[in-house]
Amino acid sequence: MIEIDAITKRYDDITVVDTVSMIVEPRTVTVIVGTSGSGKTTLLRMINRLVEPSSGAIRLDGEDSRSIPGHELRRRIGYAIQGHGLFPHRTVAQNIATVPNLLEWPKARVDAKVEELLSLFQLDPKVFANRYPHELSGGQQQRVGVARALAAEPKVLLMDEPFGALDPIIRAKAQEDLLAIQKHFETTIVLVTHDMDEAFHLADKIAVMDKGRVLQYGPPPELVRHPANPFVQTLIGDMQRPFRLLAVSTVAGATEPGEAGGEPISEDLSLQEALAELMWSGRRAAPVISQTGEMVGRITLDALLKHAARPK
Amino acid sequence: MTPTILVSIWVPRLLRGLLLVVLLAFLLSPESFESLLKPLVQPNAPAIYNQGSLLTITLLHLRTVFLATVAATVIAVLLAILVTRPFGAEFLPLSRSLVNIGQTFPPVAVLALSVPAVGFGEKPTLIALFLYGLLPIFENTLTALTNLPRPVMEAAKGSGMTSIQRLLKVELPLSLPVIVGGIRLSVVIGLATATIGSTVAAKTLGEVIIAGLQSNNLAFVLQGGLIVGALAVLIYDALGAVEAMLARRAGLA
Ligand SMILES: Nc1ncnc2c1ncn2[C@@H]1O[C@H](COP(=O)(O)OP(=O)(O)OP(=O)(O)O)[C@@H](O)[C@H]1O
Ligand SMILES: [Mg+2]
Repeated sequence: MIEIDAITKRYDDITVVDTVSMIVEPRTVTVIVGTSGSGKTTLLRMINRLVEPSSGAIRLDGEDSRSIPGHELRRRIGYAIQGHGLFPHRTVAQNIATVPNLLEWPKARVDAKVEELLSLFQLDPKVFANRYPHELSGGQQQRVGVARALAAEPKVLLMDEPFGALDPIIRAKAQEDLLAIQKHFETTIVLVTHDMDEAFHLADKIAVMDKGRVLQYGPPPELVRHPANPFVQTLIGDMQRPFRLLAVSTVAGATEPGEAGGEPISEDLSLQEALAELMWSGRRAAPVISQTGEMVGRITLDALLKHAARPK
Repeated sequence: MTPTILVSIWVPRLLRGLLLVVLLAFLLSPESFESLLKPLVQPNAPAIYNQGSLLTITLLHLRTVFLATVAATVIAVLLAILVTRPFGAEFLPLSRSLVNIGQTFPPVAVLALSVPAVGFGEKPTLIALFLYGLLPIFENTLTALTNLPRPVMEAAKGSGMTSIQRLLKVELPLSLPVIVGGIRLSVVIGLATATIGSTVAAKTLGEVIIAGLQSNNLAFVLQGGLIVGALAVLIYDALGAVEAMLARRAGLA
């Protein structure tokens, strides 16, 4: 758990992060969104003390972060930087091994970890392990940057626009990978992004920042249904609201008993995907199957529309 | 590869190789070149320097430059590291001006001033070369250390390296090519400047040139000058290759 307690950062007279308090639950993904210059990076960096707060406190599992020497704190917290920041004079494998080596893991364990992560990120170890960063594409560099942040299996992972340079397909893949990794290692992730689709896709909770303040902090549907102010509403996008609601629920929650014809829909898809499927196939309802392939009921256009509607 | 690229790569390499061969041949067996230099001198004057072995003098010349450069490198790099640390930042302007003075002070004056202090011989030359060599190395190291890519430095800090680990594992390796560039300049300046050391009795190739001037022997002047010039070209190129290799290895090229 990360407790951010009235944290403030001032540069001279300018307050770039202004008494922000929030609690990040363990094993969740918190996404920070907001306009450029709103203080997202600064807030993130105060968590691993790359930026020292002017006032306030941050506690990790109850322990005040100031009671731990900065470099030790940062070895425990993974950090994927805005614009990968790979070491140009070190191979991909050496880059990924950075923190494990600082922690003096035995070589065999380091090697195994590097290989595991490279495979996980679809980078063939035989091809990529000994390459230098400048021999990679931008997207590959970024994935190596994320792999490096994950190498020491940190319980907390900070990510600053980690997927910025990826094309839509790789980006979607990287997001899936990240969620899988997050489940697998039970990592607590705080991620900054400009992409609201990405935010709604990844987040358990979203924090909206503007001018150094957190305007709203809550689960994605709450932000859509009850935006704290016009800024949050604008950021979410008026036209996007129904679709965002559909995006954050799965078919399972809207399935009703009954039958329907045509191709079945899997219950772990999002409602948005179900809507797209119905619209595209010109149906008003479709059968729903569970992940194991059993028929569990049907999903109807009416149910979807009800889910997308503004709360009464 | 197109023929022009082949020519532009191989012709200079060939010329350098040739230069090295001629230089070595001349140093090991100067007499074989006597007939070439004979036309430059009076009929009964010696065409090859005869007051000492040219090979020995050249090695001593190189030794002087080498020692001075090593000392200058150590001090300049340490100084640059120091003033780029948070605790040393306030010394940055001071150290800059000190090193600049080292450069603007004429070497002859340094020699003249240090002879009373340390006596004749190699020492005053070493001092002059050392002071002269500081600036390029210091400036280059400073430039390199202060222009490291910011995301890389932040990643180094963010992954939990201590300041000393960052210096040794990231900052210095990434700066090395530029530092070698500074050493390269220093060495070349040193090779030429060392000749004046002979005025205070240091054993350098300046001795050959001065002997030639004194006895009006053009052959002496020429062979002293040409050896220094050839050394400078060859060492400059060799260090340039080292620099390029390091840059490639640092992933910067
Ligand atoms: N070291 C610093 N000194 C002075 N001002 C700073 C410093 N670092 C950041 N700032 C200012 O703090 C504000 C917030 O910066 P920050 O990097 O946190 O923004 P951000 O929300 O991450 O923006 P972006 O989306 O563009 O990355 C900006 O106005 C920036 O100019
Ligand atoms: Mg930022």
